[in-house]
Amino acid sequence: MLSLSNLTVARGGIAVLEGVSLSLGAGEALVLRGPNGLGKTTLLRTIAGLQPAMAGEIHADPESLVYASHADGLKPTLTVQENLTFWASVFGQGQAAVTAALRAMDLEKLTDRPAQNLSAGQKRRLGLARLLVTGRPVWLLDEPTVSLDAASVGLFAAMVKRHLASGGAAVLATHIDLGLETATVLDLSPFRARPPSEGGMGGAFDEAFL
Amino acid sequence: MLALLIRDLRISVRAGGGFGLGLGFFLIICILVPLGVGPEREVLAPAAPGILWVGALLACLLSLDRIFALDHEDGSLDLLATAPLPLEAVAFIKALVHWMTTGLPLVLISPLLGVLLHLPDAAMGWLMLSLLLGTPALSVIGAFGAALTVGLRRGGLLLSLLVLPLYMPTLIFGAEVIRRGALGMDVSTPLALLAGISLGSVALLPFAAAAALRINLR
Repeated sequence: MLSLSNLTVARGGIAVLEGVSLSLGAGEALVLRGPNGLGKTTLLRTIAGLQPAMAGEIHADPESLVYASHADGLKPTLTVQENLTFWASVFGQGQAAVTAALRAMDLEKLTDRPAQNLSAGQKRRLGLARLLVTGRPVWLLDEPTVSLDAASVGLFAAMVKRHLASGGAAVLATHIDLGLETATVLDLSPFRARPPSEGGMGGAFDEAFL
Repeated sequence: MLALLIRDLRISVRAGGGFGLGLGFFLIICILVPLGVGPEREVLAPAAPGILWVGALLACLLSLDRIFALDHEDGSLDLLATAPLPLEAVAFIKALVHWMTTGLPLVLISPLLGVLLHLPDAAMGWLMLSLLLGTPALSVIGAFGAALTVGLRRGGLLLSLLVLPLYMPTLIFGAEVIRRGALGMDVSTPLALLAGISLGSVALLPFAAAAALRINLR
């Protein structure tokens, strides 16, 4: 469903990860590990198509990917229901998907609450519920469990498991063990880009100014 | 597309959404100018077309930086860029919402303010028509400027400087329509040019705005 070959990604015109190759099939999950600043977010943004790769290729149907960033993309003055319904209609899904997503992330009691009145963990849960209303098979998740309590992490893990069982796939950048039996853990540290002095890519200098 | 239009309109009319900001500013200018320069018809009437158009332009300018900045801050711009909606459509809808919440109310209230400024009765229709034709250009050009400056902190200053020269033709032809209309002269030339600017901007600038957004999201 997703495969990368020899991918080099850059942040601010400087290569951060190089030579990343992997492939992901239906029902598989990949957990990205590595210290802060290594380029996990950059890799996910590149796969999602938000920025161009410096080298290498991404083989995936862009219509199959959905990206969830650090930020949840919620509108503070809209209610939980309205926020979710908006994304459902953008992705061409009906009200049934919204109801199912609210139930999956235990947000049913909060449907009429404006998003600005939610706690950080509740906002995160709403942000993750958005994945369910997109109907897309490959999830790209950047630190999905930040500010979630233990019970919510359990809800989220169950949601990912159901998604994998139904033939989906997920790439997660996370430091928490979600208990996904089928997940492969990939430590990105060996892919750290070499500085130009050691034969690494210098990067397009002008990129830094764009 | 319709979902985005409905969402943004809904946000704009809720608390803190910014609906009425431009309208309030327009009202203030048109009320304060007669107080400042005096109520004489001989002074106000010739200046009225210019005052009304400058007021409308500044009112539009006031809310431009919100077009994309809010969506960029809360991360929804990233999510919209990866959604099935083309970014060109997003830019067009954002400009449309800006026009519906800023430009359209100005058009509707302008005759009332024209009276305050002693604008001749014959020019009232031309005032509304010129604003109706010209304000879409202001919103689309502004959305393009907002897309260029979306990632910048305090980008409002740069945005104003970028957009002001692009606003000049609209202002000149818009005010000219009213001035000629007030004098009972033929208005077809400035009116055609004004409509041309609006149509050209609406047709082309969403594409430019989307290209600018893609670069700024990297």
